[in-house]
Amino acid sequence: MGEGKIRVLVAKPGLDGHDRGAKVIARALRDAGMEVIYTGLRQTPEMIAEAALQEDVDAVGLSILSGAHMALVPRVLELLRKQGQGKVSLFLGGIIPEEDIPVLKEMGVTAIYGPGTSTQVVAETIRQAVEQQSA
Amino acid sequence: MRWNIDPQSLAETILQGDRLALARACTEVENDSAAGEQVISTLFQKSGKAHLVGITGSPGTGKSSIVNQVAREYRLRHPDSRVAIIAVDPTSPFSGGAVLGDRVRMRDLVGDEQVFIRSMATRGALGGLSRQTTALALLFDCAGYELVIIETVGAGQSEVDIVRLAHTTIVVEAPGLGDDIQAIKAGIMEIADILVVNKADHPGVEATERALRSMLEMAQGRIRINTGHHGGELGMTGKSIQTSPAVAWMPSVLRTVAIENKGTREVVDEIARHRVWMEINGRWSAKEHLRLRSDLVNRLKDQLFDHWLGKFTESQLEGMVEQVMARKKSPYQAASELLSKV
Repeated sequence: MGEGKIRVLVAKPGLDGHDRGAKVIARALRDAGMEVIYTGLRQTPEMIAEAALQEDVDAVGLSILSGAHMALVPRVLELLRKQGQGKVSLFLGGIIPEEDIPVLKEMGVTAIYGPGTSTQVVAETIRQAVEQQSA
Repeated sequence: MRWNIDPQSLAETILQGDRLALARACTEVENDSAAGEQVISTLFQKSGKAHLVGITGSPGTGKSSIVNQVAREYRLRHPDSRVAIIAVDPTSPFSGGAVLGDRVRMRDLVGDEQVFIRSMATRGALGGLSRQTTALALLFDCAGYELVIIETVGAGQSEVDIVRLAHTTIVVEAPGLGDDIQAIKAGIMEIADILVVNKADHPGVEATERALRSMLEMAQGRIRINTGHHGGELGMTGKSIQTSPAVAWMPSVLRTVAIENKGTREVVDEIARHRVWMEINGRWSAKEHLRLRSDLVNRLKDQLFDHWLGKFTESQLEGMVEQVMARKKSPYQAASELLSKV
């Protein structure tokens, strides 16, 4: 009998081309022993939800620097719920204005990481959130 | 299991075409859980129809891009078909984690609900696949996917497990990987049913192609007459169908530029041709036999290992290690002695 690993989708929705942050996070989660499905740049919410479904992930991490988070995030959440993945935790990183944070959390985002967040903190909160899901 | 779904109803939902159920079953199978075993055992009778196509080659030769185009082209030709892709990437030996990045190259398949892409980490296995890749391919076969493409990790010489799994093996090469191509190809050449030189718009494509062709010519006659050429260590030779050289399969060398979708139609043609050839020459069932046998043997190995290892206490084992450390016993003597005690 093998044991499960935490599977996380890391995606970069929207149109800006800066994926360094997403790659740093992907690498850090790998080093934390997780399996990271990396989908790359310019993902639509539909592409993200589809990948989350096929890969049966425990968590989705989005990196958004373009300012389009208030449009993209609710759409991803809606699609995940619609396809029966409402339990999947959604994490957000990038440039998110202070005032949007409570609104996004209200929508169902588990945590939001701004610039300078330690990667260990990210890995640890994802692990905790996933453990709570299955509890 | 993670989702508290009964395996029986999970199996039924998969047959109704529920993709989330299939995704969850993939997770159970990948984790080698009891639920995963049950799902497969329930559905096993449905299997045996899928064409399993393996694709292997060095890192960066463009395997994922070729898979992307081959799957797209196949779907265009067969609008009712379903295609599954299993993309394997390596697990870090240090953290146990992995970055699975093959989906990045498979963007053209997004939005097609008849295509299912699943990324898989090797989780410590060394043959270019994960221990559960065969089982996952079987799950897609059970679920009614006609074409299952298995992309191995970037492979060097010895990651040849794919031949025991796939009906058709594609080896991808690219120009400019060096003149040491001959040395590298000694292992991987033998497993190719189709050879693809990708990035054919790069300089050096003629040289690569020439090297592959001359390799094939040398190999011809040696491996082609004996159709059991993949089966040696599993004792398959006695069972395999003897094919006369006249109907032997000669791998073709195809040029592609996958990111521009050049030459990939010919790859799909060749996959179809290989399937027909296998069916006419009894190789389809020979491959099936090889796969099922090697899967059974592997399963027995694992279970026997767990069973017997459970017979020793940790202190017995550690005591023996101490004696080996002290050079009082050789590893051979230690192993025989432990076994003689049970």
